[in-house]
Amino acid sequence: MAVITAGKGQDGVLRGLLKRVALLRESPVGMIGAGLVLFWILVAIFAPLISPYDPNENYMDDYGNWGPSAAFWLGRDNQGRDILSRLIWGSRIVLTVGPIATFCAYVVGCTMGLLAGYYRGWVDVVISRISDIILSFPVIILYLIIISQFGPSAFNIIVAVTFIASPQVSRIVRGLTLELRERDYVAAAKMRGESAVYIMLVEILPNARGPLIVDACLRMGYTTIAIGVLGFLGLGLPPPDPDWGGMVKDTYGMMSSDPHMSLFPCAAISSLVVGFNLLADGLREISMRD
Amino acid sequence: MLKFFVKRFGYLLLTMLAVSLIIFTINEYSPGQVARKILGPYAEENSVRLLTIQMGLDRPLLVRYVDWLAHILRGDLGKSTLWGADVSSIIWDRLLNTSIIASIAFAIIVPASIIFGVLAGMRESSRLDRSISLASIVTTSVPEFASGVFLQSIFVIWLGLLPGTSPLDPSGGWSIASQLVLPVAVMVLYDLGYVVRMVRASMVETMTRPFIRTAVLKGLDFRKVILKHAIRNAMIGPFTVILLQVNYLLTGVVVVEAVFGFPGFGRMMLDAALNKDIAVIEAGSMFAVFVTVTTQIVGDFGYMLLNPRIRFA
Repeated sequence: MAVITAGKGQDGVLRGLLKRVALLRESPVGMIGAGLVLFWILVAIFAPLISPYDPNENYMDDYGNWGPSAAFWLGRDNQGRDILSRLIWGSRIVLTVGPIATFCAYVVGCTMGLLAGYYRGWVDVVISRISDIILSFPVIILYLIIISQFGPSAFNIIVAVTFIASPQVSRIVRGLTLELRERDYVAAAKMRGESAVYIMLVEILPNARGPLIVDACLRMGYTTIAIGVLGFLGLGLPPPDPDWGGMVKDTYGMMSSDPHMSLFPCAAISSLVVGFNLLADGLREISMRD
Repeated sequence: MLKFFVKRFGYLLLTMLAVSLIIFTINEYSPGQVARKILGPYAEENSVRLLTIQMGLDRPLLVRYVDWLAHILRGDLGKSTLWGADVSSIIWDRLLNTSIIASIAFAIIVPASIIFGVLAGMRESSRLDRSISLASIVTTSVPEFASGVFLQSIFVIWLGLLPGTSPLDPSGGWSIASQLVLPVAVMVLYDLGYVVRMVRASMVETMTRPFIRTAVLKGLDFRKVILKHAIRNAMIGPFTVILLQVNYLLTGVVVVEAVFGFPGFGRMMLDAALNKDIAVIEAGSMFAVFVTVTTQIVGDFGYMLLNPRIRFA
């Protein structure tokens, strides 16, 4: 009996992940992406050690000379705050809110998709209709409505991302479930008398992980953009905590005299999103090989 | 065919109905009463209560929803608190402005995505394919506000060739046409890569089909194989994707319009959201969803026309 239950998903999520990392070495594009993402993760972890100044402190000496200097490598913003330190601390916000939001979207989206794909019938119809309705909003307008109504906060951003992204995740998981539920190991598990929950979570979901890991990576990129955009539109985290999009919004009006204030945060967020997307592309490439 | 349309039209109506209920509920049942939003944070408690009763806001949510829906259906979109005018008098001007940059961007995105997508997809993993794919990943990764800042630093601050804002008012010394360049460029940069990748994927798939192999093996010129056989078949799938870009271009360009101070639909929605101008948010959202569902229907219909297997079924 154990022979047929093995399926492909028994080698564990962690080992599968490590195998992918090893394979990723063959994809230069994926390696660059992984490098960029890893760079920002390290920066976020070691922020207290590497940040040269307090990110919220106003350094007003040499007033008006905000550009990059020996003391302030990336210059200061319109309130005299060190941009490098703010970028370093800002990475912590993006890299906590983003993954938490993406994770929540995945929990909700996987549940919806598994139920719809496994049970089909009216369950599928209800879930798919609800997804369609949410998906018929332009994403940015939905963000605008939700955040402006419920107020800008990390929690509300996470709720908004979950609300907007889970139907998209659900669609992918549903498609994969429809395909996987016909496999022999699912039939075997049913024969053994396993519960539907067990089959969905232990037999189907682990076997859908390939495309899902790629999608999660892309989605991290989208979420990072969303957090940045909300910050830029003035709907991000409340000040004074450094938030990359908010940094651009605050200094954007001074582009003509001090472009560095907006350029560096823009470069930071762009590099992180490029990292996620290149990593996703690399992962997709190696997953097509095996 | 007729059945298809009736079914899709019914679907459109149902979706709009569900969406209107969601929008209404989020806007009018959320923390902070409607009257408070209209009068602002400094209004007295008494006047808030008075306006609540005056506007009939103390009625149950569902009753107010039906009432609101009846007004919308009669073409009465309500009054904007921010601009102090009828919503319908604001929204059409803004849409017209947005449709200008949207149509220019669309006119660039369609041919460009087909050219780049076909060039990349006709020889998978060639150097050209890798460069185009990499470039499209990078350009779509840069958030619109960031590419706006990058382009502004180059073309406005450094070279001084273009204006940094686009108020559609020539009195600043910049022609209207020059004010359109950067917003359109940002939209194209952000959106093009995604479409290119879709066209490329479809092209790659088409190139592995037997009829392409046959055409190559019988000695047909590679150019001819691409132009006559491959493109036609490869464009069926991406057609829908391309059409769906209309949604982003027409109703999703909030950030671009904010960056350049462009007086369009997206900017209107942003200002309305920031100032809690409920009537504008509701009308704008309904319009946005209407555009989405309509393009979906047109997309399905076009797909049917393009795909002979469905057309003749």
